[in-house]
Amino acid sequence: MIDTTDRRLIQATQDGLPLVPHPYHAVAGTLGLDPEEVMARLRRMLETGVIRRIGAVPNHYALGYRANGMSVWDVVDERITEIGRQVGALDFVSHAYHRPRHPPLWPYNLFAMVHGRSRDEVLAHVEAIAGVIGPAARAHDVLFSTRILKKTGLRLTG
Amino acid sequence: MDQTDRRIINALQGGFPVSERPFGDAGRALGLEEEELIGRIRGLVEAGALSRFAPMYHAERLGGGLTLAAMAVPEECFDTVAALVNAHPEIAHNYARAHALNMWFVVATERPEDVARVLAVIAAETGLEVYDMPKREEFFIGLRFEV
Repeated sequence: MIDTTDRRLIQATQDGLPLVPHPYHAVAGTLGLDPEEVMARLRRMLETGVIRRIGAVPNHYALGYRANGMSVWDVVDERITEIGRQVGALDFVSHAYHRPRHPPLWPYNLFAMVHGRSRDEVLAHVEAIAGVIGPAARAHDVLFSTRILKKTGLRLTG
Repeated sequence: MDQTDRRIINALQGGFPVSERPFGDAGRALGLEEEELIGRIRGLVEAGALSRFAPMYHAERLGGGLTLAAMAVPEECFDTVAALVNAHPEIAHNYARAHALNMWFVVATERPEDVARVLAVIAAETGLEVYDMPKREEFFIGLRFEV
């Protein structure tokens, strides 16, 4: 899906576009590529979903969203896709995934990361999700992070 | 951060053009000159309000492996286990969370087949069970923060 030139382009842009009037030309100059080729590759990666989007990546902590909770739900299997989409569409949910259960310790199969300005706001959002899912959720929990042990970001290397 | 900065953050969390002068094009839609938009974005990045201004890549579609894993770590050896886990360069994030499963980490590898190997090594090094929770389906990603 991506070739070695795409990989070089990803490595050159993943930490930030040059903040200059012709950013794609600047990237092309660094990589020794034609600017038109750089733009064509970026457009293709947008179309195929290799690039989710291009733009401002907010630092949610710096913007006042200081609380986040990983809400987890035991949802009946037959409705996981339908319910996952409903939960994912809520504006305070940043990620929603179907993941495997590990019973009995871990009965939950739907994960939804909830953001808020405070722990109470996160808990209120979790209750709102409970209302959306209704009786299709047999159990739920919310896991707050107590410490960041490591955070490096996903990086394409080598 | 003023009202114009907030407008920029709210409007430009996606859809930045791929064009000859994208800041000029994006600025026109916001009623800002190219130079002012560039200067304000630079200021927001330097102030830490934006972690970056960039393409956001989809990790799995780059061909690598990715999973979320959790462990139930006894409190008395928590820091030792954290150090063992974090020593692997494939561990991108690791969070302590309040639950019986109290350590949650993301494993990202260049090759998909390496995920299982990294988890097996961590299990062997720590003597603890590692619960692998790979994504089966993604419903939405990418909160648009209103500021």
